[in-house]
This record gives sequence, C-alpha cells and structure tokens, in this order.
Amino acid sequence: MNAILSLSELAPEVSTGRLDIDRVSIELGSGADRFTALADVSVNIAPGEFVCLLGPSGCGKSTLLGALAGHLTPSRGQLRLDGAPIGGPDPERGLVFQHHTLFPWLSVRDNVAYGLRMRGVGRAERHAQAMTWLKEVGLEGFEHHYPGALSGGMQQRVEIARVLINQPRVLLMDEPFGALDALTRLKMQELLLALWTRRRMTVVFVTHDIDEALFMADRILVMSARPGRVIEEIVVPAGRPRTAEWLTGASFIEHKRHCLALLRDPAVTVPLARLSPINPAADAADPAA
Amino acid sequence: MSTPALPTRALPLLSLIVCVLLWHVASSRHMNLGLVTFQNVPQPLEVVHAAWDLFQSPKLQNHLGASLGRVASGFLVAAALGVGLGLAIGRFRWVRETLMPPLEVARPIPAVAWIPLSILMFPSSEGSMIFITFVGALFPILLNTIHGVHGVDPRLIASARSLGTRRWAIFARVILPAAAPSVLTGLSIGMGTCWFCLVTAEMISGQYGIGYYTWESYTVQNYANIIVGMLLIGFLGMGSSVLLHRAGQALMPWYRPGGRP
Repeated sequence: MNAILSLSELAPEVSTGRLDIDRVSIELGSGADRFTALADVSVNIAPGEFVCLLGPSGCGKSTLLGALAGHLTPSRGQLRLDGAPIGGPDPERGLVFQHHTLFPWLSVRDNVAYGLRMRGVGRAERHAQAMTWLKEVGLEGFEHHYPGALSGGMQQRVEIARVLINQPRVLLMDEPFGALDALTRLKMQELLLALWTRRRMTVVFVTHDIDEALFMADRILVMSARPGRVIEEIVVPAGRPRTAEWLTGASFIEHKRHCLALLRDPAVTVPLARLSPINPAADAADPAA
Repeated sequence: MSTPALPTRALPLLSLIVCVLLWHVASSRHMNLGLVTFQNVPQPLEVVHAAWDLFQSPKLQNHLGASLGRVASGFLVAAALGVGLGLAIGRFRWVRETLMPPLEVARPIPAVAWIPLSILMFPSSEGSMIFITFVGALFPILLNTIHGVHGVDPRLIASARSLGTRRWAIFARVILPAAAPSVLTGLSIGMGTCWFCLVTAEMISGQYGIGYYTWESYTVQNYANIIVGMLLIGFLGMGSSVLLHRAGQALMPWYRPGGRP
C-alpha cells in the first residue's frame, strides 16, 4: 500500500494496466510428462504497479508470464487485463525474454519500428518514432546496425524500445537482465526504472535475483515449486527513486535475509527440469504445430 | 584455419593445373593401374581441340540455350514448390503427415528411373526433360527448407506474435527470413543436382543440349567430346552456384556463415 502511494507522487496517474490473475492453474507437457506448473494462483496487480515474481527455477514464474503474454492458456481460472479476458498475444502486453529475440535480418531501426509496421503506420512516421525510442534507450547512432553487431546490453535496450514503441499497458519481462554482467545489469535496471517513471505502465518482472527484486519492485511475489504457487507477498517499503541508502540500509538487508530464508526452504527448491513455456517441448500448447 | 598469405590465392589455380597435369601424364603414357586404366582416355590436348571445334560450331548456342532453358525452368519450378511445400510441411503437423509419406517414397528414385514415366506423362519431350531436372532439384530444396523451418527459434515467433504479427504474416515476416540461410543451402545443392540430372534429362532429347551432346558423343564413341560435355556441365554448374551464392549474400547482408555478424 505504502509503495503505491509513494509512486503516485512521482508518476503520472495511470488508469489502465490492471491485471487480475484469478485462481489460475496451468498444466504443461503431454502424456506421462504432464505436470502442474502453476496451481491455483490468485493475484491482483494495480495499474502502473511494478511487481517482481521471485523464485527458484521450476516455480512456474515464467509459465505465469507466458500465460499473461497470451502464449499459454490456463487449464483453470482466468486472466484479465482491465477486466477483459486475455485471449492471446497482443502488443498491449509487451514481452521481453532473457535473451533478445530481435530479428537478425532487420536493422536496429526496423526492429524497433516492427510493431508500428504491423499496425500499418507509414514509413516516415515509423522511422521517426523508432528514432525517438532509440534515443530514449541511449542507442542513437546505432539505427543502421544489425542486432548481431551489438553487445548483449545494447540488444536488450533495442528489445525494450521495440516493445515500448507499441505503448503497452503491461510490460512482461522474463529475467531480462539475467545474462548481462553486473555493471551492465545495474545500468539496465536504472534505465528501466527511468523509462517506467516517465511512461507509467504495469510491469511484471520475473527474476531469481533477490537484490534485483528489492531494487526494482513495489511488490514481490515469492513463488515456490511443485506445484508452482505464490507463498508470500512482500511490499517493498522504499520510496522512489530508489537510492544507494535503501540498497545499503538495514531494512534492505533484513528483507534480503527474509527472502533468502524463503528461497532456501526445502519445500521451495524442489529441483525440476526447466521447462520454458515457449519451447518446442511444450509443442502441445502451440496451436500451429 | 590460418595458412600463410601467399598460397591462398594461388592454391585453387595450382590445384586445377596439377589435376590437368596428372590427367595428361596418365593418359599420354596410357597408364594401367590395374583397377583403372587410362589406355583409352583422351588426352587434355585432344579435349582442347574438341572444345575448340565445338566453340567454332554454330550449334554451340543451340546446345547452351536448350540446356540453360531446361535447367532454369526445372530449377525455378522446384524452388517455388520446394520452398512453398517446405514451409508448410515444416510448420504444420497435418501437412507433414499428409505429404511426407509419398514424398519419402519418391525421394530415393533416381532421375534416370523417371525417364519412361515422364515420357508417358508429358506430351512434349521438352516437358519431360524439364520434369527430370525438376525432380533432381526438388528434394534438396524441400528438405533444407523443412530443416530451416524446424530450426526457427520458437521465441522469435512468440515475440513476433506479441508484437502484433498475424498468423499468416508470420510466414513472410519471421519463418521465411529465419529459414533463409538453410533455404539458400538447399537452392545451392538443388542447382547442383539440376545440372547433375541434365544428361539424364537430355537422353530424351533428339537434337540439342549439352547433356544431349555428351550422350550422343558416347553413343558414337567420340570420347574427347564426352569430356568437353562433362567439363561444360561442370563449369556451368559451378558458375550458377557462384551466382546463387552471390545473390544470397546480397539478399542476406546480416548473415555470414561462420557466425560473424
């Protein structure tokens, strides 16, 4: 509650981007390998809230994200965005993976402008908007490069610009900075928070990094494996912008210790084969296959 | 792969020269190596004379034109059908299960075995010859396209859909470009097999074509001409592969085999 109050002081009012996760269960795999990845999860996320899903691998956090993106259909329960059921993928729910999914055959500018092209926006307008967003993520001058020529951090910047140009109500991120080195990760976290402060939208951010969750989130949902469920909800008691004081203070350490204890709990860390929701192994979930 | 700077340019040429020299030595001395014998093999100089005669002859244009036309037609039809079917088979399970059994049966049948049936099926001999080159090119193109589609990162498709790509646009926007390097490999191998099948195809012909020229030289025991025909096919095949490779590079500037962007 606290956190949301302190947010609204800084940011523009947002009225869209409310997510309702209503008693959702998801089963993955087929035949004998079928298992419950997510069991009876209910969460409500406020418009403009920054929520982190924290948990060990196999706890279903990526599965939940895949369902919010519309790539997976819940076996039971319902997902709603602003009251409307989520039926499939849509640019209003932008998705960012750990490793970029930029199209290697398009230049950085055309990658960013891709969503506009799909909506039939004219070339000049597309390019102008793409340039604005490239500036926003600090990649001016790289518009004619191919993604393969960029570093991992730059690729994720392009990825974020490509998603945000569609002005999504919700930004879904699956360990987006997990593959970056510590310094780049910190820069990317700050960039994301800056973008989110300026253009407020709901963010659901999957991570297994406690520090990252405590630095970024308004609220942390701690998840446990087998079956995947939410075991605790932590409202981060820090204002915005987040400062070095918060990162080094006693409250931060205390929260970190608490999260560590939760994640160390043997019930939380049952090892499970990592199954990405958007994966050839989960073929059955792909209607086109 | 670091070789000294000097040989890198000279080496391919040198290799060709050595091959011709070995051929010259073996054939001029009528070497008999037991398993193989060069006693009846024409010498390089005889072949050069035969080639000169052919190049002076007004028939050369007819031969080249006929063959190029057949290879181009067969290849283009095979490319269109192979890439189209390959995309559908790679993407949709029901298409795969419907089409793959008959295709798998047809695949091992050599081009030469198709000759009688193609003569029966096509009213014109031109049609049946194009069909033979088409059969040769189809399968490498088809299989490499399927392979390319299977190799497309499912996250790319997921992202494209999240960015608002409609179901059918996924083919043009994501699957085709992502599979393009593999498709190009298929086209390149298919171009090779097209030429490979040319002699077979032109066994049907009664007048013109490099393959016909080669086959006819064999039937009249003009051995030097056979080698001229063989080399012509070799060079034309190599040339068209190089052209295809260049076109691929121009169309896919982002793609560099070996992983370097």
